[in-house]
Amino acid sequence: MGPKKIDIEQVKQVAKLARLALSEAEIAQFAVQLSAILEYVEKLNQLDTANVEPLAHCLPVNNCFRDDVIKPSLGTEKTISNAPDKDEQFFIVPKILEDTGDF
Amino acid sequence: MNLTDLTALQLRNGIKNGSVKSADATEAVFEQIEKHDAKIGAFLDTFKKDALVKAKEIDEKIGKGEPVGALAGVPMAVKDNMCTTFGTTTCASKMLKNFRSPYNATVIEKLLAADAIIIGKTNLDEFAMGSSTENSDLKKTVNPWDSSRVPGGSSGGSAAAVAAKMCFAAMGSDTGGSIRQPASFCGVVGLKPTYGRVSRYGLVAYGSSLDQIGPLTKNIEDCALMLNVIAGHDEKDSTSVDEKMAPLCDWLEKINRPVTGLKIAVVPQLFEGADGEVVNAIKSAVEVYKELGAEIVEIKMPHFEYAIAAYYLIATAEASSNLARYDGVHYGYRTARPADYIEVYTKSRNEALGAEVKRRIMLGTYALSSGYYDAYYLKALKVRNLIRGDFTAAFEKADCIIMPTSPTTAFKIGEKTADPLQMYLSDVYTIAVNLAGVPAISIPCGFDKNKLPIGLQIIASAFAEDKLLRIARMFEKAD
Repeated sequence: MGPKKIDIEQVKQVAKLARLALSEAEIAQFAVQLSAILEYVEKLNQLDTANVEPLAHCLPVNNCFRDDVIKPSLGTEKTISNAPDKDEQFFIVPKILEDTGDF
Repeated sequence: MNLTDLTALQLRNGIKNGSVKSADATEAVFEQIEKHDAKIGAFLDTFKKDALVKAKEIDEKIGKGEPVGALAGVPMAVKDNMCTTFGTTTCASKMLKNFRSPYNATVIEKLLAADAIIIGKTNLDEFAMGSSTENSDLKKTVNPWDSSRVPGGSSGGSAAAVAAKMCFAAMGSDTGGSIRQPASFCGVVGLKPTYGRVSRYGLVAYGSSLDQIGPLTKNIEDCALMLNVIAGHDEKDSTSVDEKMAPLCDWLEKINRPVTGLKIAVVPQLFEGADGEVVNAIKSAVEVYKELGAEIVEIKMPHFEYAIAAYYLIATAEASSNLARYDGVHYGYRTARPADYIEVYTKSRNEALGAEVKRRIMLGTYALSSGYYDAYYLKALKVRNLIRGDFTAAFEKADCIIMPTSPTTAFKIGEKTADPLQMYLSDVYTIAVNLAGVPAISIPCGFDKNKLPIGLQIIASAFAEDKLLRIARMFEKAD
């Protein structure tokens, strides 16, 4: 087998994009497994697709419009009911902005 | 005769004419669950008390001569990736272990409106990603025919529950074979309708251009009965087609009409990869159709063998986007002590998602990432078009295509878990169907030497469920 399709550094970069805090062991394992899978999907390159349109889904449907009518929505209580941290109205998360004193 | 031996249709008819009580049928399935499910592990949750209350209500309605729905009093199970306001909707993931949906999936609403009794929610591969139900983070499910073997997946719990008579029918979802392959492994009927036939609203999304809900049943009549209830346009799912494009019909009413002048396509090249016993069973089924007067046409599907490669780029790309919603903020699991908001995402996701789900998110993220998009994702979409072309060409020559559902019968627990690619390759016959968006059914067609069921897959053109079910029924009646 030639060089790995995806190396440790690339796995780390993809994990960052996917927001996954993978362990070192997982990173090493994924480098091997994803390489094997990417090796396999190389077979797609046996096909000449120069004049083929991509097919994202199979329905002859593009945009589906409806009238803009106000209907009841879920409401705050139900919306936040499954949140891991919340108060009566809001989702609670760690601070996302530094305190610059500007406000 | 034991009540659990009835088909869903027989039971429904009995309940409607007053000869059987829904409450007794519900008691009977729970007796069956209490006897067998500790070993089989099909259910993640059951609702005995509520089910019995509902069953008695239906019995009373019938006693008073009030109108009831098409599934009046029939105890059913649903895969635990369909949102229900009762119980939890876990997707067999630590991420959603305690998730209580604030709304019902459209399919659930339709089942309830038809007076079905939903008795429980069934196990699956986490987020429907897998072919053996071994990726469930919550429970192990075994094959009712041989407890050392997998039930198939991802709708393994639904298939096992129907096979073990722990419900009269069940709902599953099929993204790459997840209804048909477990139906095949467990010896039941499993239908993947045409993409767009059934609303996906409230089905937890995996690969949105491929996902479709369908029934797992004891026979083909039951399958038609279920499709009658769940099919149709839903304004909450813009990919569910309207009746202009895909007229609804009473599939059950037409089920016993044989298809005249039936032409069946077989693809000799595809028999090469399957076990000898599976191939023999499929060839015998073809002989049955010949005796019924069908003409057999041998065809080639030159792009079929590329389906797995295309699928594992497209499905994972869609999954990586769909599963971005599990952020540790809005619902689901959150890590205990995040240092900052980024760790809320990264640690929550890493701690609560299983290995296969992470692997697919990683693969999909890679296939969509800058510099690789054209080479992987776009290439796969183009090949998808070629694969659909193979099907279009086939349906110009024949009414349906026949092939195995799976290259093997149920494999041993643990046999394929070490090598993800080997697990993917077991979906070789089912995956192309999802890429092409067409309907397909798996029906039992015999047993191998280990007394494990073999599944026959029949594939028809888009929205031709009518023909598909009638063709399947011809075999069922003749067999």
